[in-house]
Amino acid sequence: MTHTVSRTRTRPAKPSVGARFDTALGWSPRLGPNMVLRIVLCVLVFCIFALPFLAIISGAFDRNSSPTDISLLPKSFTLRNFEAATEQGLWGYLLNSLVVAGGGLLLQMTVSVFAAYSLSRKKFRGQALVLLLVLMTMMLPEEIIGIPLSLVLGDLPLLGISLRGSVLAVILPVGIWGFSIFIMSEFMKEIPGEIEEAARLDGVGEFRMLFTIILPLCKPALGVIGIFGFMMVWDQYLLPLIAANDPSDYTLTVALSVLRNDTTVGPGVLLAGALMAMIPSLLVYLFLQRSMIRGITSGATKG
Amino acid sequence: MTATPTKPANTQAPPRPGGPVQQRKARRNNSQLLAIWLFLIPAALLGVYFKFIPMVEGIRLSFFKVQPFLGDVFVGLDNYLAVLTDVRFMEALGHTVILGLTQTLGALVVGFALALLLEGQARSLWILRTTIFLPVVTALAVVGEIWRILYFPTADGPLNSILGWLGLGPLQFLNGTDTALWSIAVVGIWSGAPYNMVIILAGLTGVDRSLYESAGVDGATIWQRLRYITLPALRPSLVIVLTLAAIRSLRSFTEVYVLTGGGPAGSTEVWMTRMYSLGFQRNDIGVASAAAVLLLVVTLLLTVGTQLLAKRKAAR
Repeated sequence: MTHTVSRTRTRPAKPSVGARFDTALGWSPRLGPNMVLRIVLCVLVFCIFALPFLAIISGAFDRNSSPTDISLLPKSFTLRNFEAATEQGLWGYLLNSLVVAGGGLLLQMTVSVFAAYSLSRKKFRGQALVLLLVLMTMMLPEEIIGIPLSLVLGDLPLLGISLRGSVLAVILPVGIWGFSIFIMSEFMKEIPGEIEEAARLDGVGEFRMLFTIILPLCKPALGVIGIFGFMMVWDQYLLPLIAANDPSDYTLTVALSVLRNDTTVGPGVLLAGALMAMIPSLLVYLFLQRSMIRGITSGATKG
Repeated sequence: MTATPTKPANTQAPPRPGGPVQQRKARRNNSQLLAIWLFLIPAALLGVYFKFIPMVEGIRLSFFKVQPFLGDVFVGLDNYLAVLTDVRFMEALGHTVILGLTQTLGALVVGFALALLLEGQARSLWILRTTIFLPVVTALAVVGEIWRILYFPTADGPLNSILGWLGLGPLQFLNGTDTALWSIAVVGIWSGAPYNMVIILAGLTGVDRSLYESAGVDGATIWQRLRYITLPALRPSLVIVLTLAAIRSLRSFTEVYVLTGGGPAGSTEVWMTRMYSLGFQRNDIGVASAAAVLLLVVTLLLTVGTQLLAKRKAAR
């Protein structure tokens, strides 16, 4: 916001030049009815979007037995919900989630970087077809192919092994994500060819080219596919559900609904579980927030 | 594409055929070709195993009556007929479209309002923007559990007590057949609007400030300014993002499954939950596969159509 606001008083109907034109709605930076209105609206927005989270945190630490007891501050602070969560094996589910998210994200990023390198820095016969196939994978999310995918996971064609019940049954399917490949190759395309040509004259091979020349220039894109990939894996619901052999294979997000249907556990334990499922994504978001915003806006302009 | 031009050796007119330089180049091209395919192998393997084999298998199953121990029987288009004549699938289709449109449009309107309110470089605004983005980064399953608690249908449930202060009667929310679908839509808007806000904010910063200024000089009202300057500037980037979001919403599953599971009395059954309960709970894999293929074809056509339209517009 520019601070070179003209000191002329705002005349009615004719706003003064300056900060009034910094925002689409012409919010005034000075104290007045306009500012008060904006603050009131901001408080309202905060309540709508953030207070439910405060309620979860409070509920997770509260000695409550029914959703009607939820308040913004715990009435009687307790860690009992987390003890009960331990008894319900929630930490095991959290571990499942973390293993799946870590392994899945690592695989997905590696696969995407490799594929993007080939697709963006090279020209080869059949490239258009490969691009088309990558696009196709984006049209085949777990939801649409869920039923046959669960059959495939139970009996891998040619190999004849079953992945069901193993973390690999979630990690491998999320490894291929067209969105991530596209973001990465869009970014790699922007790197000038001269850099690569110069390195090639020095006799740099393909692997070193990718890891020491190209990748260091792609850090922003790595951040973008990192956070989007994490959100994508963490958000998986149907896949861990069909990949599980028995409920102990569930990830935390899936286990929450099992917990909810268990009448012996109160909402406090459920909220403790929700809090546990929220914290990792919250941390990743706080660290990679810029990448998140960059990813959203670049997607918006590219379409 | 700015990649180095590595044409196949035979298309180049060689100055000295078979010369040492040429040989080295050919060898390099060969090794490059090898590298290209090596780098594509992981994606190809995973894609084949977890995308294309399931897709082909799904299409195949959609033409069969699937019976685990008796063997599959080819039934032609019977499964498709079964889907298209099933009342519950048709109801689910209606719910899917209503839910998709409400969520997409609602998230657009709320996202736009948020962007207008929170536009600016002040640090307090930045903090607020970061905070209200939380619903987007929270897993849908968690969002669902949160809202199930907020929507607790007794008069002293969290949301109902707020409505009580405002003098509004307690609502059944997810438990009422006529409120459940809208309650799900609200959750979708809540978790989708901040995402749109970020897109719209990026668009707002791109609006030429001098246009606002000259509009001010001309005595335009705030409303006219929004209508004739801001909206036209935002439209190109928004239209395609939203169309794609609307198409994606056709296959929304998690929020419905977590919030209501399709109930009460099927009032929130969407295409995906119907398909899921047929395929996994009733083991009617053939019919469920046909429903999946139909969904795939529809989303494919709509997406390709949108992209083509967008390309044609951009080319013009």
